[in-house]
Amino acid sequence: MPSSDYDPACLPDLLPLYYRRLFPFAQYYRWLSYGGVQKNYFQNREFSFTLKDDIYVRYQSFNSQNELEKEMQKMNPYKIDIGAVYSHRPNQHNTVKSGSFQALEKELVFDIDMTDYDDVRSCCSAADICPKCWTLMTIAIRILDRALRQDFGFQHLLWVYSGRRGVHCWVCDEAARKLSAAARSAVAEYLSLIKGGEETVKKVVLTDPIHPFIRESLRVVEHYFPQYALKDQDILGREESVEKILALVPEDVRKELQLFQNERNPEKQWRHIKALAEKKQTTAKKGQHFEKEIMLQYCYPRLDVNVSKGVNHLLKSPFSVHPKTGRISVPMDLKDLDKFDPFAVPTISLICEELDRPKAEEDEAKSEDTKGKENEKDSAEKRKIRDYKRTSLAKYVRYFDQFLDGMARSWKGELLRKSDLQKEF
Amino acid sequence: MLFGGRKKVDHNPKTDLYAQPLQFYGQPPLENISLSEFESFAVDRLKLLKTVENLGVSYVKHFEQYSKKLEAEIKALNFSYRAVDGPEKRRKDHISHFILRLAYCQTEDLRRWFIQQEVDLFRYRFNQLECNQKLEFLHKNNLQYDTISAEEKKHLKEKLLNSSYAISGAKLEELDFYKVPFQDALDLVRTRKVYLKEGYAYIPPNDIVTIVLNDFRTRLSKALALTARSLPAVHSDERLQPLLNHLSHSYLGQDYSVQKNVGKISLEQIDSLAGKSFPLCMRQLHQALRDNHHLRHGGRMQYGLFLKGIGLSLEQALQFWRMEFIRGKVDADKFDKAYAYGIRHMFGKEGKRADYTPYSCMKVILSNPPSQGDYHGCPFRHSDPELLKQKLQSYKVSPSGVNQILELVKGMHYQLACQKYFELTHNVEDSTFSLSHPNQYFIESQKALGGGKDVKREADTLQRPQENSAARGSAAAREPAVNESQHLAEITKNLETDFQDA
Repeated sequence: MPSSDYDPACLPDLLPLYYRRLFPFAQYYRWLSYGGVQKNYFQNREFSFTLKDDIYVRYQSFNSQNELEKEMQKMNPYKIDIGAVYSHRPNQHNTVKSGSFQALEKELVFDIDMTDYDDVRSCCSAADICPKCWTLMTIAIRILDRALRQDFGFQHLLWVYSGRRGVHCWVCDEAARKLSAAARSAVAEYLSLIKGGEETVKKVVLTDPIHPFIRESLRVVEHYFPQYALKDQDILGREESVEKILALVPEDVRKELQLFQNERNPEKQWRHIKALAEKKQTTAKKGQHFEKEIMLQYCYPRLDVNVSKGVNHLLKSPFSVHPKTGRISVPMDLKDLDKFDPFAVPTISLICEELDRPKAEEDEAKSEDTKGKENEKDSAEKRKIRDYKRTSLAKYVRYFDQFLDGMARSWKGELLRKSDLQKEF
Repeated sequence: MLFGGRKKVDHNPKTDLYAQPLQFYGQPPLENISLSEFESFAVDRLKLLKTVENLGVSYVKHFEQYSKKLEAEIKALNFSYRAVDGPEKRRKDHISHFILRLAYCQTEDLRRWFIQQEVDLFRYRFNQLECNQKLEFLHKNNLQYDTISAEEKKHLKEKLLNSSYAISGAKLEELDFYKVPFQDALDLVRTRKVYLKEGYAYIPPNDIVTIVLNDFRTRLSKALALTARSLPAVHSDERLQPLLNHLSHSYLGQDYSVQKNVGKISLEQIDSLAGKSFPLCMRQLHQALRDNHHLRHGGRMQYGLFLKGIGLSLEQALQFWRMEFIRGKVDADKFDKAYAYGIRHMFGKEGKRADYTPYSCMKVILSNPPSQGDYHGCPFRHSDPELLKQKLQSYKVSPSGVNQILELVKGMHYQLACQKYFELTHNVEDSTFSLSHPNQYFIESQKALGGGKDVKREADTLQRPQENSAARGSAAAREPAVNESQHLAEITKNLETDFQDA
């Protein structure tokens, strides 16, 4: 079993260990300084910590990686949130003239939370998740990742497991970080298809022409729909569920569908629905897309626009611990997306345990690494470099490194450009 | 230095500046005007913007009725609306815009309102221009975007056809598509009315107005921020300050931020008040709170501020929410940690200590639409018509009444629908007020049900903002002693030049 048993009561003992020997400070700092292209980018970044007993502190900021490490090791936060890069050091915001302290930049972020799907999943509700409904996250990631890259031209996307019931996306491109609140909200609305709250029955309505974005998203949904909706969620197999679906089709179609009530096989039922939709498409004046609307209502990603809108919005940090589950918020490698298992994500108790009993394979890799670095750093540093590497956290930090390498190429270009400009003077 | 020492610019810029029917208001006016002209121009423009606001809520924007009514108002107020209008009207347009900037730059809310109405007005007027005038405008204002090649168009044909409606395959060949960075076409991106590829939006010529509007909005926003910084100088003049204050307050009308009747409502009364005097949106929120012992953030804000507006004190509010949340999944401890802060924040006791004002109908209808698990918003706007019907029926509204309401909803007249709901539930033929705020609904309801003298007086004071802003405007005009128009104009001119330098 990959996960050690996690007990929230142990958190006060585990956190100091985590922050002293496991948290990847070097990579974290490398990320948030963005190559040093902009002065004080790291120093003006707001962090917020939730400490023991739910004490919440905002406007934390740090002058260097060292200071960040020391403070975090001193405070041992239960939760860490990342905010915006401000015009001044956040921890000095009270000394700044009122009105001058402004949030300037931040990554464009998205938060997909499983509770927002409660009306369309039958296996779990609220904070629970299971392999059956996790597919919704897979679908969400595929759709949003494609759109953010192909439609909006973003390249540096970091997908992170939130630790309990959802995923976050951090869009780190320079253009994304500079977006205004209005632009962020426009992007979020472009990506939103599910409209309506408790009082709305039909949450997706498609009109002609169907936008290329919707077509592409449908392709993803169609790929997962048979297994996820027809089999795992069995949406056509249970009576209350069938009622809900019938509520989403036009009245005349509803009558025709009742004729097929006797059909037990969900795939066949779905094929009936699709056939009816196609028939209607050709005969009705305006396009009828109810079969697409059903698929989207059950599978399409549900974002909280408010999270994405604000330049100063605080979002849980990658590598933060989730206090209720103990799981680390790890970056996700999309190459293995279909195999991602939220229940296999290491917990803080597991990796703390692994510190003393390193994983077998890691020993080999460790000896290779140290040979080269032995002469360059002193032994304490060496120990630090190796520590997370002998735990299950290693592969996630490695992936994070790759992500940062990808961005570094663009930083280099920027720095060269800047130094060129200076030379001209 | 602001005063004195500046020479009056003596050439006549009127002919150049006013050659164009429409402008971005980039250059402030550089002339002397009399104080009376200053005030009348400002008041007229304010009336115009208020009309723009009201029409925008009551009618579908830019469809026939909207356009006709707006044109009538522009004519009545003597502003320019056609290409053939002379420089006099354009000058009034120019000057009045800049005066209102002074009044509306001070707070976030005022700025947002001003920008919204100016953008809507601009959109209307831009659409009235002829095609060649539009192009001329674009070029004169440096909006050069590249068009895409015929090859690229062919390659993207399917996608372009499917993203911009009202464009047929044949037309596609002739039309020039512009490739614009998506940040410059936010309105089109937001509503998914444009094809996006790698960060660029592919815009057909008809939609170029949206781009222009974006530009206009951005420029105006920046200008207002600059204006705000120079404001202390303006306020130091005794004649300008009262006028500007009146101008900015007449938009807000009654905002229910000053709590009257604090403590006059007891918590026990709330359930029955919810049924009798709450507008549907708040009744719905109250019901959801009682049913689920919880409300999400959007609902807590909308309902919490409303309760503050009807007179709940902070202590009462804390008790009210606490009692309900404890019945649910939240224990007392968690409530104090997580939710109490938010409630105190609403009353201005935390954070930046802003005393938040209860949401107006406009705000409830237009911002923060509800999603799964939410109960806030305007039921006439955000609820499924079927569910709305059922709800109205369950509240004993007659079938014919329900139909009238649904008709209004279909026509997107949400506030009128709510007003009809008021009339039906209070058994009045014609409500004498024009509904624009949930707290106003409450007060009118209490008044109709024979509330006490206090409440009645309250209703009287808020009748005034509903009157013609003309009356208000001229009342304001009469206030300051008016004799040193020369000096005043000098100050205004100096200020404007100052802004220009900034």
